[in-house]
Amino acid sequence: MLELMSGNEAIARGAWECGATFGAGYPGTPSTEILEAFAQYRGVYAEWSPNEKVGLEVAIGAAFAGARAMAVMKHVGVNVAADPLFTVSYTGTNGALVIITADDPSLHSSQNEQDNRNYAKFAKIPMLEPADSQEAKDFIKLAFELSERFDTPVFLRTTTRVSHSKSVVRTEERSPVADRTDIRHLPLKYVMVPVNARARRVEVETRMQALREWAETFPGNRVEMGSPEVGIITAGMPYNYARDAFPEYSYLKLGLVHPLPEKMIRDFASRVKTLYVVEELDPFIEEQVRAMGIEVSGKAVFPYTNEFDPGVIEKGVTGRSTAPAVTPPAIPPRPPNLCPGCPHRALFYALGKTKAFVSGDIGCYTLSYMKPLSAMDSCICMGASIGIAHGMSKALGPKGKGKVVGVIGDSTFIHSGITTLLNAAYNRSDAVFIIADNRTTAMTGMQEHPATGYTLQGEKTRELDFASLGKVLGIDSVEVIDPLQYKNTTEVLKRELAKDGPSLIISRSPCVLLMSKKADRAKPFFTDPDLCIGCKVCLSCGCPAISWKDFEKSGMPPRPERKKQKGIAVIDANLCTGCSLCAQLCRQEAIMREGA
Amino acid sequence: MENRVKSLLLAGVGGQGILLASDIICKVMMGKGHDVKKSEVHGMAQRGGCVTSHVRYGRKVYSPLAKRGDVDIIVSFEKLESLRYLDYLKPGGIVLVNDEEIYPPSVNLGEADYPKDIYESLRARFGAENVKVVGGPELAAKAGNRRAVNTVMLGAVSRFIPEVDAGDWKRVLTEMLPEKIVEANLRAFDLGRAA
Repeated sequence: MLELMSGNEAIARGAWECGATFGAGYPGTPSTEILEAFAQYRGVYAEWSPNEKVGLEVAIGAAFAGARAMAVMKHVGVNVAADPLFTVSYTGTNGALVIITADDPSLHSSQNEQDNRNYAKFAKIPMLEPADSQEAKDFIKLAFELSERFDTPVFLRTTTRVSHSKSVVRTEERSPVADRTDIRHLPLKYVMVPVNARARRVEVETRMQALREWAETFPGNRVEMGSPEVGIITAGMPYNYARDAFPEYSYLKLGLVHPLPEKMIRDFASRVKTLYVVEELDPFIEEQVRAMGIEVSGKAVFPYTNEFDPGVIEKGVTGRSTAPAVTPPAIPPRPPNLCPGCPHRALFYALGKTKAFVSGDIGCYTLSYMKPLSAMDSCICMGASIGIAHGMSKALGPKGKGKVVGVIGDSTFIHSGITTLLNAAYNRSDAVFIIADNRTTAMTGMQEHPATGYTLQGEKTRELDFASLGKVLGIDSVEVIDPLQYKNTTEVLKRELAKDGPSLIISRSPCVLLMSKKADRAKPFFTDPDLCIGCKVCLSCGCPAISWKDFEKSGMPPRPERKKQKGIAVIDANLCTGCSLCAQLCRQEAIMREGA
Repeated sequence: MENRVKSLLLAGVGGQGILLASDIICKVMMGKGHDVKKSEVHGMAQRGGCVTSHVRYGRKVYSPLAKRGDVDIIVSFEKLESLRYLDYLKPGGIVLVNDEEIYPPSVNLGEADYPKDIYESLRARFGAENVKVVGGPELAAKAGNRRAVNTVMLGAVSRFIPEVDAGDWKRVLTEMLPEKIVEANLRAFDLGRAA
């Protein structure tokens, strides 16, 4: 049957079709939908683990037991999982272990643009890279087979454009699944003490050599001969861009990006006059081709940064663009923003007022660094906020007293904030730490985590209690607040910043998108135009539901009694969720709830 | 046989139903035997920000992204967003604009003005016959579902893809939408097609 599927849906489908029964990972754009879709199939176990390292370890366990297992993560997630990754390359897998890395050229939703093909080479693990949804489904199956055949973990790499574009896929039935799970005691293979690891280290090189030979015969590495004038070596999504721009040229389309088929590359190079490598991000293939002594052009003409499109390939090859020279007019940008009613807005509005250094983290709330909230000073990676705040507070000493805050979301705290909060307690930090607990993994689309009380497959489970955890870790002062009770929020912040020793504030209010599923939403607010003095305090919280109405531009008559007033604030009742933050900020009591 | 690939670019603001609309176009074109590909945005890129989706169909489609200067129809679900992607339109291409303004943050704060004369500048640039303004919110309300603006726009698009009958579109709409909103959406489609 032909279906329209995203790359991520196709990966989940392929895994299920070939009898994979096990998936673990942590949500992260652009990878999230793979496990979400996989979890919906019958006869599989899928879990959100607290982070990618745990997810990979869980999948390794399943593979050791003989299952076909996958660990799913975004590119930076592989950094978190890197420790087990490098050593599972030595142990091999028994069953099948596929690690899916979803890279994000152009940083659509990421903090960096790292090229995870480098991990394949670094950890000595083969890597397949599909170019569209059909290949995504075919290659995930192949990845499981390769893993079993060569007793190795296998990478499947996608990019945002493969994961989140949709194309036509031919679906098939599930192959019969034989249960091959069992306990096998293989300490020489699985206990990586130096003496065993040295032996396995040799096995790794033998395996890579076998894979190099296999790569020469793999039909997913294919030559499409066209004009011999120009040959293009490419893989993944850039293959499509190049084919679109230059249908007449010759192609070596690689399905396996590590290890490379050297004989095939040499043969292809000898059959064309000019050779290009078309690849996004790093010159990963180009440098290896160059090391074979083959003359090739790549990053000299194609960019290092951002994802490509057919126009980029055309410009790289011909040196000019055929696109009409139309300059879009200068228009106001439309950056992403916290939703109307988002509880993070209240917390970060209050934090902005403290003038403290706010060490932030990864989540929707990172958007609060932007105007008008301007309430975040740093964001590096998942979990970094707490350590950075602690380190800064220690380095500043008394100068930093009451001036350093670390803020982290609930899911991010579980991901990698627990050990670092333990460190802050152990080493007697003077910073204030805040868990912005909106009861879900919001940015990636409402995934469950250990503090929501539900699993990926919808089972009720034990619910982590942040306040108890904080106490157990050694934080003496633990407060739970509702950030939308604004006065209390500011008072608690002030009090905790003044205290000695580490404090933990759990700022708890559910994500407004979780609330929108409920029928009983609060009534919206409106501004009384007679009471509004145009002070713009409500606008300073940056709610998309509130806008400025200029008297002159909107043709409204000015106020004879308040000559300096230039306009009023108005609230869009369709967008307002009734969170009441703006009403609490308004000193004129000009903002009222409808029907109140 | 020449592989003539057609490209549409749908643009607007998160929450306007753009991804569903592009899915529907793909299903309709698949039903006509075309190969199709489309692109989407998720995650941080989405929160209240711009949303775009490229849809491409033909005998064999490679890239899910269209090249600048190669889009046949731009469908803008918000007035201002029509200006953001003008460099994608090919000479003689069509611009369909939903007549609805959604203010970006700088306009909300009174720091920037919402551009004036958008339709005039589009018509001056691409020719009045190639620019079509659709009263999406008004027509959706008339159809009985204010949220069906995206279906109104699909109706408007369908006029510019003459090789596909209204019936094919309606079959896909009926199949893909929840039953209780199908009727209003079919009316919205007709109103958009007649606009």
